Amino acid sequence: MTAVLSPSAPEPSLDSRAGSATRTPALPVAFRGLRRTFGTGAGAHNVLRDVDFEIRAGEVLAILGTSGCGKSTLLRAAAGLDSPTAGSVDIDGTPVQGIDSRCAFAFQEPRLLPWHTLQANIAIGLPTGISARDGKAKVARLLDLVGLTDFAKHRPREISGGMAQRASLARALARNPGVLLLDEPFGALDALTRIRMQDLLLDIHRAEPTTVLLVTHDVDEALQLADRIIVLGKDASAGAGASAAGATIVRTVAVPGERPRDRGSVDLARLRASLLATLGVDGH
Amino acid sequence: MTQLRTSAATGTNVADGRAAANGWARLLLGLIIPAAVLAAWQLSTAAGVFSVVQLPPPAMVLEAAADLLQRGQLGQHIAISTQRALIGFAAGAALGLVFGALVGLSRFADALLAPTIGALRAVPSLAWVPLLILWMRIGEDSKITLILIGAFFPVFTTVSLALRHVDRNLVEAARAFGLRGVRLLTTVQLPAVVPAVFSGLRLALAQAWLFLVAAELIASSMGLGFLLTDSQNNGRTDRLLLAIVLLAVIGKITDALLGLAEKWAVKRWA
Repeated sequence: MTAVLSPSAPEPSLDSRAGSATRTPALPVAFRGLRRTFGTGAGAHNVLRDVDFEIRAGEVLAILGTSGCGKSTLLRAAAGLDSPTAGSVDIDGTPVQGIDSRCAFAFQEPRLLPWHTLQANIAIGLPTGISARDGKAKVARLLDLVGLTDFAKHRPREISGGMAQRASLARALARNPGVLLLDEPFGALDALTRIRMQDLLLDIHRAEPTTVLLVTHDVDEALQLADRIIVLGKDASAGAGASAAGATIVRTVAVPGERPRDRGSVDLARLRASLLATLGVDGH
Repeated sequence: MTQLRTSAATGTNVADGRAAANGWARLLLGLIIPAAVLAAWQLSTAAGVFSVVQLPPPAMVLEAAADLLQRGQLGQHIAISTQRALIGFAAGAALGLVFGALVGLSRFADALLAPTIGALRAVPSLAWVPLLILWMRIGEDSKITLILIGAFFPVFTTVSLALRHVDRNLVEAARAFGLRGVRLLTTVQLPAVVPAVFSGLRLALAQAWLFLVAAELIASSMGLGFLLTDSQNNGRTDRLLLAIVLLAVIGKITDALLGLAEKWAVKRWA
């Protein structure tokens, strides 16, 4: 366990044998000409258009945007929970069609089954075909990773919101995902718990360096966690018809510095102000 | 990681103690009105407000009970009525569960069955009596079938509606983790409707007793409903009251038993 949790854990391919036996390597993701239109005929409106982007295997990408701009739609398309009107999402070169077992999703709400223990809830994420013994060991390891070993037999209603969100994260990790999709997973948590969860996510990414797509509206969170940030929004240069045309990627930022980053860094503060300006907020 | 283990589970022992005290208080509170009714009954009959034929005193009803018990009839009436109600309830509830699950889960079954079942539900159930007697004769079958009809609809309605309203977020989350078909049904959909199933069952049980009396009033030679009509014909108001009190008590006991099962199930599944 210490080998997995240790900050100096080597590359995934060199990781402990027991772990790699049930581990899927991180996978690259590409959005290709993605468009999503809701409704038909006169009521139709574009939510997303012309989203073209490639995410490297093992990268942490934050997707920023104002609410209702289609961030979640983009993530749901990657999971196969929603299908694009045009274009595709390719994972490791093959397009996503229907719910994709290479992805795991953590929702904004924990969405744990109230009648199951945390242990059983996490086990729901296990990939099909895993042996009972391996599954049990995997769940135990994940409970330890998210610090819930003492609460394995508790029901979701008996724990706090932050703990439930950690269980939800563990359930997603149980899948050995090549791509981990996080839809504002810490959005509903209080500020302190959120910072702890962000640190936990960094620990997890170090232990299981999968590709992470993180939707958030929190600029600080994006700066703290991501290798790169994309900002979704209406493209002003597209002219008068732009508001009806749907959101697309208006900015891509590579975040400087190794993680964990200093939350008070001047560079990050400058980047924060600039990103907030892109989102249409005064960064003073 | 240890600093993350800060929040603790809520203490439930104190709450349990309070709940027990609350339970006794509730029980006592619930007994106030029955006791008051009994007292008013006793006082009004003692004061001669009603004639004995209109309203015999409580003691006479007790005597009637002792008399019937001695003749071995009381036990028989109670046993046959309880048996009819429970068999009809069980059969109706089982059918209600099956059809409710079909209609609630499958759009095809919904489109195929829901209009017909809705139309059958619109028939006042007592309207079936002449037909049932014509088809099945006067006997156990026709009575149990009538009770079955009464118990079917509450279960069918609650189960089909509840299955359609299972938390979409939970279903989507389970689907995102690859659950489909039977596994999705047993892991998410069925557990989610357990509380609704039990409220349907309790409604159905009440309906079962209602239809039992209807069936026995119309044509029978045994049972509490028969005791009602027989006593009416013979002017035995004491037995008539006895039958009513017995129906209230037995109905309440079966409902309380089902309530206990419901409490357990809700705790387990919700």
